[in-house]
Amino acid sequence: MNTDKYISNAVKSIPPSGIRKFFDLVTNSKDIISLGVGEPDFVTPWEIRKEGIDALDRGSTTYTSNLGLPELRIAISYFLKTHYNLTYDPEKEIMVTIGASEAIDLALRALLNDGDEVLVPEPSYVSYAPCVTLTRGIPVFVPTDEKNNFIITPDDLKSKITPKTKVLILPYPNNPTGAIMKKEELEEIVNIIIEYDLLVISDEIYSELTYEGRHISIASLPGMKERTILINGFSKAFAMTGWRLGYIAAEHGFIEAMNKIHQYTTICAPITAQYAAIKGIYQCEEDIVKMRETYDKRRKFIVNGFREIGFDCFEPKGAFYIFPSIKKTGMTSQEFCEKLLKEEKVAVVPGDAFGPSGEGFIRVSYAYSIDKIKRALERIKHFAERIL
Amino acid sequence: MDKAIEILDLLCENSRLTEKQIATITGLSEEEVKNTIKNLEDKKVLLKYTTLVNWEKTDREVITALIDVRVAPQQGHGFNRVAHRICQYEEVKSVSLISGTYDLSVEVEGKTMKEIALFVAERLAPIEGVLSTTTHFVLKRYKKDGVFYEEGQNDKRLVVTP
Repeated sequence: MNTDKYISNAVKSIPPSGIRKFFDLVTNSKDIISLGVGEPDFVTPWEIRKEGIDALDRGSTTYTSNLGLPELRIAISYFLKTHYNLTYDPEKEIMVTIGASEAIDLALRALLNDGDEVLVPEPSYVSYAPCVTLTRGIPVFVPTDEKNNFIITPDDLKSKITPKTKVLILPYPNNPTGAIMKKEELEEIVNIIIEYDLLVISDEIYSELTYEGRHISIASLPGMKERTILINGFSKAFAMTGWRLGYIAAEHGFIEAMNKIHQYTTICAPITAQYAAIKGIYQCEEDIVKMRETYDKRRKFIVNGFREIGFDCFEPKGAFYIFPSIKKTGMTSQEFCEKLLKEEKVAVVPGDAFGPSGEGFIRVSYAYSIDKIKRALERIKHFAERIL
Repeated sequence: MDKAIEILDLLCENSRLTEKQIATITGLSEEEVKNTIKNLEDKKVLLKYTTLVNWEKTDREVITALIDVRVAPQQGHGFNRVAHRICQYEEVKSVSLISGTYDLSVEVEGKTMKEIALFVAERLAPIEGVLSTTTHFVLKRYKKDGVFYEEGQNDKRLVVTP
């Protein structure tokens, strides 16, 4: 059967993920050291796992309310207050989702009409633009570059705004660049956001992983709470990727709209994960700090390692990626990564998988032990000696 | 955290890290790292820089046995004298005083099971003060010094994810 003619135009118009392509290549290789993973190398802290087991033991196997367990929403409200000085009403302004991924989808679907434009900084996480397209919105890319530390500047922003612009996606700390936006930098774009009556979908999934000063949420700036759909989750900070648990904090009206979609499409996030997450918030602060300190050591080690080998490497202040430039090799990102994989058996992700302005860069994850990073660096050095 | 402990932790993970690399990771100067390590070596805190080898993947036969030894404690010396005596043999890789039914746990390496059995019968058991020995041969290693022996156990993640 020719299935193609039945597939919707929107789906057909989405390009396949650049990471997927590389993934297939890597899966067919043996004995590789991979620095290509976008999730923590830590297993979920034991207290959280134990609570998941206990929840099953107690027979907690039902649906929860659409918004999520009330106790979890209270816990999230507490977390946002104590960590980022944000005040959200757990009854009306917080909802629990199946990972931050569902949250992104919900936010876009709740806000966009056909043809609405969404500003998507790039390079950035791979799912924003496809989710916009699926909602019949139009992604408008805002390229960022190394000379501006991969942040959005007021000029970048202004140059892309049209009468159809409705939403700005703000993905900081950023995957793949590791860039963060400081308070002053956020303040510079807030005026424009308000002036042009934009909404912000702020994806703060890496907010606990910043290494020089704490994360500042744009929602904490004057006039911005009401304009921000704040997305966060448990995957990165609590090393809970496989539990699929995220959340949204926003104005009640926005939450209601998103919950409408959520109740018909997924009903609720898994109850086991929800109970486990409550434990995480109240009892695993120490684990979070310890993981952050470990990432920070690796960060310094790997940035320095790449620089010593001879690559220009932007200093990332958040997440667990570095984004070194490979421009001086004269290769494209894809060529570089394929050659590195073939000749030295090290897997890193080509920067253009995260948008055209990622061309000339590679994303290297440091969610790996120092031992593994050291061995990978030795192989990369060997490679660089031949090609630089 | 205590900087010396931080350095020791790093060396336990990979003893081939250079002083410069350790300096980068810890934020100390190279000089400080050098001095701290020298100090740890001088004080016999840092005894040796070792490797972990999976001998099964080499041509060399290496058999390991864990031997539980019961010892009659001696007046004024406890278990120390017998323990020191056992330590003298090259085949003996480790000796520890343990709590419980037995007194000493002795790790012995040899080329064959017979070699180890003979070592126990002819060298270890006859030592004055040794009351009994129970030999357990290691059949398969799953994890040692924090390292998994089987591939795929250490990292269960997909190799590339967004």
